[in-house]
Amino acid sequence: MTAKTTTGFDVQQVRKDFPVLSREVRPGVPLIYLDSAATSQKPEVVLQAMSAYYRENNANIHRGIHQLAEEATHAYETAREKIVRFIHAPSTEQLIFTRNTTEAINLVAFSWGRNNLSAGDHILLTEMEHHSNLVPWQLLAAEMDLVLDFIPVTPEGVLDLDEYQKLLKNNPKLLALTHMSNVLGTINPLKEIIRDAKSIGAVTLVDGAQSVPHFPVNVVDLEADFYAFSAHKMCGPTGIGALYGQKDLLEKMPPFLGGGEMIKRVELRSFKANDLPHKFEAGTPAIAEAVGFGAAVDYLLELGMDKIEEHERLLTNYAMEKLAEIPDLTVLGPPAEKKGGVISFYLNDIHAHDVAQIMDGSGIAIRAGHHCAQPLHIKFNIPATGRASMYLYNTLDEVDRFVDGIQKVKDIFK
Amino acid sequence: MEDFYREIIIDRYKTPHFRGELEPNDITYEDDNPACGDHIRIDVRIDENQVVTEAAFSGEGCAISLASADLLLESIIGKSLEVVKELAKEDILDMLGIELGPVRLKCALLPLKVLKAGVYGIGGDDSKE
Ligand SMILES: Cc1ncc(COP(=O)(O)O)c(C=O)c1O
Repeated sequence: MTAKTTTGFDVQQVRKDFPVLSREVRPGVPLIYLDSAATSQKPEVVLQAMSAYYRENNANIHRGIHQLAEEATHAYETAREKIVRFIHAPSTEQLIFTRNTTEAINLVAFSWGRNNLSAGDHILLTEMEHHSNLVPWQLLAAEMDLVLDFIPVTPEGVLDLDEYQKLLKNNPKLLALTHMSNVLGTINPLKEIIRDAKSIGAVTLVDGAQSVPHFPVNVVDLEADFYAFSAHKMCGPTGIGALYGQKDLLEKMPPFLGGGEMIKRVELRSFKANDLPHKFEAGTPAIAEAVGFGAAVDYLLELGMDKIEEHERLLTNYAMEKLAEIPDLTVLGPPAEKKGGVISFYLNDIHAHDVAQIMDGSGIAIRAGHHCAQPLHIKFNIPATGRASMYLYNTLDEVDRFVDGIQKVKDIFK
Repeated sequence: MEDFYREIIIDRYKTPHFRGELEPNDITYEDDNPACGDHIRIDVRIDENQVVTEAAFSGEGCAISLASADLLLESIIGKSLEVVKELAKEDILDMLGIELGPVRLKCALLPLKVLKAGVYGIGGDDSKE
């Protein structure tokens, strides 16, 4: 395949940065990894940064005055600075390390939600949320007697913005929605959506798990109050994610978990909470993972987020074009220009599990199921879909192999 | 990997012998595989000796889980509930004739899980009625 490539982006060179991409799934069967929406692969620089940290600097942070403790603290806080710059946040006080997106959202539900909501208040979500931006609000609603409203998803797979305007009349106290759907690939027009929510005084939370890894995000420009994302989907390690928040909101919120690190002073019956962001980081954090997260961000910045976005756009356009030629295949979600590199599809009469299984026989890793968005599958009345998701290291040739794989599935079930 | 999809699995998936629902029934149970959204319901009729006379399954699933359901139900017709209770993972794998990794094993075993839950649900006595 010698189709056009993105200018200044050498995908073959990029692939060399990821050790796992050179492995064979089984003898003679190379890996075609199309499951980056679940978790991305990790470049050598990230693996090395984490390994070097353990080999050279490992110590607990913020509490020793010996040399290693200083170095470890510096490494951890430097990583924070990198991530702050990556999303264009104004200050390190506003960037809390969490375990992942899920924990970041739960932090807001627990700490902001419980202290700012009361019985009868409305929370506005959308029908395309990942379970991690749904279940925390269901839990809170049950506990506090809140009302959950949902912006509908149109048959095309985008948010119904007319309905959104109507739902704003319920005066939701919070709007929590995803930047990009992990099933439909839909990229939501966040700026306008957030502006309208703010005009009625709602607080806004964005699930950025699928956006921050794939295109430039500027939290200040978006005017989001909270923005959550995970390192493991953006070339970083598992076990660490981040929550960005507006300073005045974070300052008024009580701590989430209690323990060491989040305190300034403790007496037997009371404590004084630490300053931001440490107030929300109880216990020994994932230090090596933070270092890896920082290295991942460095790596992405060096390649350029707009280059990565452009490369994925090329892959997505190409894949959508190829898939449109396959009879009996339906892709969920909007046309290529409104979506990122996530393609969920189904074949008439062939279950997604069987598709994924046969693909795996050719070394092609895709996901099958409801991708933690069961309500959306219920809405579209499909029990499960196959999902191919792309990232900076995927190639047009791999898209071709994926399309061949679908043909093979059809042949077996003919 | 294609041999994974042995003819019997594709055949039973496309033209199952035991697909449907039985109303009334003596045993009915349904359950999901949360990992993939598969959903299976199994209905069974038994005679006065607790022997299975009819069985049917309905629901949504992949070729592995639905073929497994069809073969499983075929195997229990004419068997007593005591025998059904003894069925194990190995019996299912023998019927399918394949080896499965942990994820697909869940698909293959969902029908057995549903059947057993139903059978144990009535407790082997005639308290239901
Ligand atoms: C849109 C979206 N939100 C949230 C999550 C949850 O991320 P994590 O499991 O890292 O908390 C994911 C990924 O699975 C996702 O795709």
